[in-house]
Amino acid sequence: MASILSLENISKRFGAVVVADGIDLALDQGEALGIIGPNGAGKTTLFGMATGTVTPDAGRIVYDGADITRLAPERRCRLGLARSFQIPQPFSGMTVFENVVVAAAFGAGESERAVYDRCADLLDRCGLIDKANKRAGGLTLLDRKRLELARALATKPRVLLLDEVAGGLTEHECGTLVELIKTVRAGGVSIIWIEHVVHALLAVVDRLAVLHGGKIIASGDPHTVIRSPQVEEIYMGIAADA
Amino acid sequence: MSEHRVEHATRSSQVGVALIAVTLIALALAPFWGDRQTLRLLAEVYAFVALASLWNLLAGYAGLVSVGQQAFVGLGGYLLFALVIMFDVHPVLAIFIAGPVAAIIAIPVAALTFRLRGAYFAIGTWVVAEVFRLLASQVSVLGGGSGISLPAAAVIAMAPTRQAREFAIYWLALALAVIVLVAIVVLLRSRHGLALTAIRDNETAAQSNGIGVVRIKYIVYVLVAFGTAMIGALIFLQKLRISPDTAFSVNDWTAFVIFITVIGGIGRIEGPIIGTIIFFVMRQTLSDLGSMYLLIMGAVAIVVMLWAPKGVWGLIVERYGWQALPLQRRLVLKDKSRPDA
Ligand SMILES: Nc1ncnc2c1ncn2[C@@H]1O[C@H](COP(=O)(O)OP(=O)(O)OP(=O)(O)O)[C@@H](O)[C@H]1O
Ligand SMILES: [Mg+2]
Repeated sequence: MASILSLENISKRFGAVVVADGIDLALDQGEALGIIGPNGAGKTTLFGMATGTVTPDAGRIVYDGADITRLAPERRCRLGLARSFQIPQPFSGMTVFENVVVAAAFGAGESERAVYDRCADLLDRCGLIDKANKRAGGLTLLDRKRLELARALATKPRVLLLDEVAGGLTEHECGTLVELIKTVRAGGVSIIWIEHVVHALLAVVDRLAVLHGGKIIASGDPHTVIRSPQVEEIYMGIAADA
Repeated sequence: MSEHRVEHATRSSQVGVALIAVTLIALALAPFWGDRQTLRLLAEVYAFVALASLWNLLAGYAGLVSVGQQAFVGLGGYLLFALVIMFDVHPVLAIFIAGPVAAIIAIPVAALTFRLRGAYFAIGTWVVAEVFRLLASQVSVLGGGSGISLPAAAVIAMAPTRQAREFAIYWLALALAVIVLVAIVVLLRSRHGLALTAIRDNETAAQSNGIGVVRIKYIVYVLVAFGTAMIGALIFLQKLRISPDTAFSVNDWTAFVIFITVIGGIGRIEGPIIGTIIFFVMRQTLSDLGSMYLLIMGAVAIVVMLWAPKGVWGLIVERYGWQALPLQRRLVLKDKSRPDA
């Protein structure tokens, strides 16, 4: 299958901290890929480089056959590359509804009026419809995360990058989220999902990759990867550190 | 057919618009109830409302913290004097030529200053204003460093009697302030306004949601130069005299304007209006105190920045959720009851 998004030999360091050391990672058209890795492994930075808010030191980013390494974030978004932020970034002075309208109008390049119904529907699906007219700045952390998801979906993405959207949800809410992501995926959207809530991840993804020490140390069938010695070692390591 | 409706107005904005309309009518009739002093003061208030609203758009929404907007106030003033003295243009027409000319000049100025970030951008804008001031002092037809008065013939061409002239300038000032404010409201309600409000709240998220942040900042910078120069032209038409130091005064056209915007509430359209009222009330009541009044204003600014960083209007919005102008987009569901406020 053809890749829709690929990171080719990507390197990035912040001062002395190497967060990516020649990473190669490709997402197939229609695929759902999960990424796990310890805190500070560089997972979020990977999304930053894919969407253009972080510039890689070396390597290429190819989307739908075109090199987008130097493309501005807004152009990547309009091409169909959307992300949610791990630390929610709401437009806090605007209402929840307006937040989603912004993403729908600019991310999907549609006229403002044309997106109203779609936005209302999205808020409903993301469990935010009752708060549509509330200021986004006043939302709880959980609702801010929901808004991140709603906004990313509003841009009509072809590739959706989700960064820890399940943390803090109840069992029931988590189930609803998994169903929502499955529906999005069934609509033809390719997905990369970074998540510490492993059982939610395993319910959705076809493939799991493990990021550690600036490298992808394992990638493959989710259930095989999660039980692999490398993963065990990393997470036991964390448990020992903590 | 759309399923749901989107409303802009809220009850507070309906009250706000009604109050604004009544106030405007009263102000338009001021020549019939106010004396000369009042008219002069009000015209000055209008100029500051407009300047502060424009600076608010620039710094509060687009995040372009310029401390060099006196460049465009002075440019507008000098363009008016140049057009009147050198080309015999009618002064009122000259105001409307000064706007677009300043906008054209703002294009390369933006290209230059936009290379700078944060504090360097602020300093860059101030340097540009100083360069403008030096250039103005080199133009001997316009009085060089010591300045020049508007020729008597041009003053008389505006209106034959002194009173008619004062009325004309008063209405002109009111009209220009209203034009600037209406233009800002129209802008903020448009698609670009949606983007601009998003940029105000979070630039990174705005970019990641498809908004061309740099392009919009560029547009705002040029539009604000347009408006600022028109107001500058008006201010110096009222003063009838211009000099490089008064025209490009960082104190008058930037420090006071920033004070007004910060006190009233930056990033809110209502902020500069509230701030101007507070500023002038303070100036009128404290002006007997001489330089003490500047100290008191400084103290007020510090207190507001510490205790109410979003200004007086910011406090009101957080407490009561009011908006004086119908800018918000509120979703009204077709079948369900209306989502809470
Ligand atoms: N802009 C930045 N400047 C300096 N260091 C940064 C920057 N962004 C991230 N880092 C550092 O890079 C490392 C990787 O951060 P990143 O957020 O990508 O990790 P992560 O895998 O997403 O972690 P988590 O699971 O906690 O979300 C961390 O050590 C972080 O402190
Ligand atoms: Mg992260």
